[in-house]
Amino acid sequence: MTPLEKVAGRAIPLGLKNVDTDVIIPAHWLKTTSREGMGRGAFESLRADPDNLFDRPEYKGAPILIAGDNFGCGSSREHAAWALGDLGIRVVIAPSYSDIFSGNAVKNGILPVVLPQAAIDRLMEVAATDPIHVDLDTQTVTTPFQDRFTFEIDPFRKMCLLEGLDEISLTEKSGAAIDAYEKTLDAERPWMRPAV
Amino acid sequence: MTQPRTLYEKIWDAHVVERRSDGTCLIFIDRHLVHEVTSPQAFAGLRATGRTVRRPDLTLAVPDHNVPTTARLDAAGNKLPITDPESAAQLAALETNAPDFGIRYIDAVAPEQGIVHVVGPEQGFSLPGATIVCGDSHTACHGGIGALAFGIGTSEVEHVLATQTLLLQPAKTMEVRVEGEVGPGVSAKDIILHITGTIGAAGGTGHVIEYTGSAIRALSIEGRLTISNMAIEGGARAGLIAPDETTFAYLKGRPYAPKGADWDAAVAYWKSLATDPGSTYDKVVVIDAADIAPSVTWGTSPEDVVPITGVVPDPASFADPSKQTAAAKSLAYMGLEPGMRMQDVSVENIFIGSCTNSRIEDMRAAAAVIKGRKKAANVKWAIVVPGSGLVKRQAEAEGLDRIFIEAGLEWREPGCSACLAMNPDKVPAGERCASTSNRNFVGRQGPGARTHLVSPAMAAAAAVTGKLTDVRELML
Ligand code: SF4
Repeated sequence: MTPLEKVAGRAIPLGLKNVDTDVIIPAHWLKTTSREGMGRGAFESLRADPDNLFDRPEYKGAPILIAGDNFGCGSSREHAAWALGDLGIRVVIAPSYSDIFSGNAVKNGILPVVLPQAAIDRLMEVAATDPIHVDLDTQTVTTPFQDRFTFEIDPFRKMCLLEGLDEISLTEKSGAAIDAYEKTLDAERPWMRPAV
Repeated sequence: MTQPRTLYEKIWDAHVVERRSDGTCLIFIDRHLVHEVTSPQAFAGLRATGRTVRRPDLTLAVPDHNVPTTARLDAAGNKLPITDPESAAQLAALETNAPDFGIRYIDAVAPEQGIVHVVGPEQGFSLPGATIVCGDSHTACHGGIGALAFGIGTSEVEHVLATQTLLLQPAKTMEVRVEGEVGPGVSAKDIILHITGTIGAAGGTGHVIEYTGSAIRALSIEGRLTISNMAIEGGARAGLIAPDETTFAYLKGRPYAPKGADWDAAVAYWKSLATDPGSTYDKVVVIDAADIAPSVTWGTSPEDVVPITGVVPDPASFADPSKQTAAAKSLAYMGLEPGMRMQDVSVENIFIGSCTNSRIEDMRAAAAVIKGRKKAANVKWAIVVPGSGLVKRQAEAEGLDRIFIEAGLEWREPGCSACLAMNPDKVPAGERCASTSNRNFVGRQGPGARTHLVSPAMAAAAAVTGKLTDVRELML
């Protein structure tokens, strides 16, 4: 996973609320057995409009996406994070996310920044003409106009993103604790093993 | 004296392998359900890193999302080819991955095959008090038998396959209490649609919802699975209903459920899981069952719910400006005008199925309305898709298939079908569907398809009248 510390560039001012994963990547794109190339299907229904934001020259390859409340709601498909990543998005900024989406985003090296609606409104204005700067280390979003917004992030997620860490290797370090748990479980609730 | 705890807190505490200083916990996963869509990349990841499946015995794979619901075997009993090459590739991948990694596998043509969330409880693989995950957002379904179950993404599928654990933040707790008795014609689906309309699509975000109250207790397991299935549509991470005698009676004797002395020990443990008196939830919503009518959605979010006796709302009537915009967009997509009576909306397609409503009770409820009636002339496509092979055979033993077929509905093979546009069952663009599934999102049932979420009885009523209909009028 590519580590993420500072991201600067144009931000796509989508602004919509309740952008569900069907909008991010329609179901027919789920029928793959590999992760690459999914950016082509990202926001397909919105991009059917020739005047859509995503395909405007100024937002081509933009690393940041600004959205409204409850971004990534709906189906748990991780393809949504792959599609965003394949589109070149490294940071999403929104007032809230579905739990599943924000987890999937972090696992795929995408930072979900939570900011209040007022900050979003201001960033939407800036994004229309100018780049935005996101710094994960200092947990700030800044603009060329002296705006400075700070955001909260779970420290573990922050570390994983900063170091580009793969979660499975991290968990494998707890192998002994998992062994011990399984032993206790077998002793205390032996019937939890499937009967056949 | 330990502090009183909720059902959720008890299940959580019993599964903590390690607690990190920031409150994140490494949680042991008791059951992992795997299907063909979200698993190929996870197995590919394991292969690439030389990892194995830690607990194949706790993992069960079954194809459901893109298996066609038409006949799967020819007259000679040979498997019929799957025409869509991508579906065929995903199904073939699961068929190879399961034996390669030594996990339990139910084949597409096996008698037990079905939608993963129907199969889990039906086989007794899903148990109360267990942590259950699956790469599908409606995994919350298993909360209906008192399991802490949630949907995960493909990276997490790979993580669970490799380690049998997940790193999770504890959720907040929310109680949705439905007290009283529902009126005639009101089913579990109407209860959950009403709840979703009341709390909103983000009302449960960050929470695990425990459904309580006399109206919930009175539900069968089928009904409870319907309720918990849609916890995610209220934004919740999972849904839960405390296991009780109804749950135990449902599970007893199922293939993977504990047997003999193990069964008694299990029941004693499950009984201890109920929320302690004096526990507190972070959020409580109380609903009067008497306020719940047969319900229907008008928009493209599952929170867009009105009683069938209601009208399409005016977007201007919403206080929140972004909801006003969303509602106006929804209405344009749905082809509806504010003020239209829901009962005047005609439908060309009917889908009775999905992990929300494809169990035997759902089949019975739909058949009871259809019996002795005929599909309306304007209904072009009406399919009934049982949730599993076992549901299908039970329904056939009761003669329900004949009732549907004689009325002009199609009786299909089990699978996800028209719940999502991943297999041949799709709703044509611009057409309407009265659907018993759980999501009315833009394009969910096919590009441009217009979905109205309803109960099985309401879908059946729409099939015979050709429009959204108050099923109570057909029950007179
Ligand atoms: S029926 Fe629909 S919601 Fe249920 S598992 Fe299948 S696709 Fe997911």
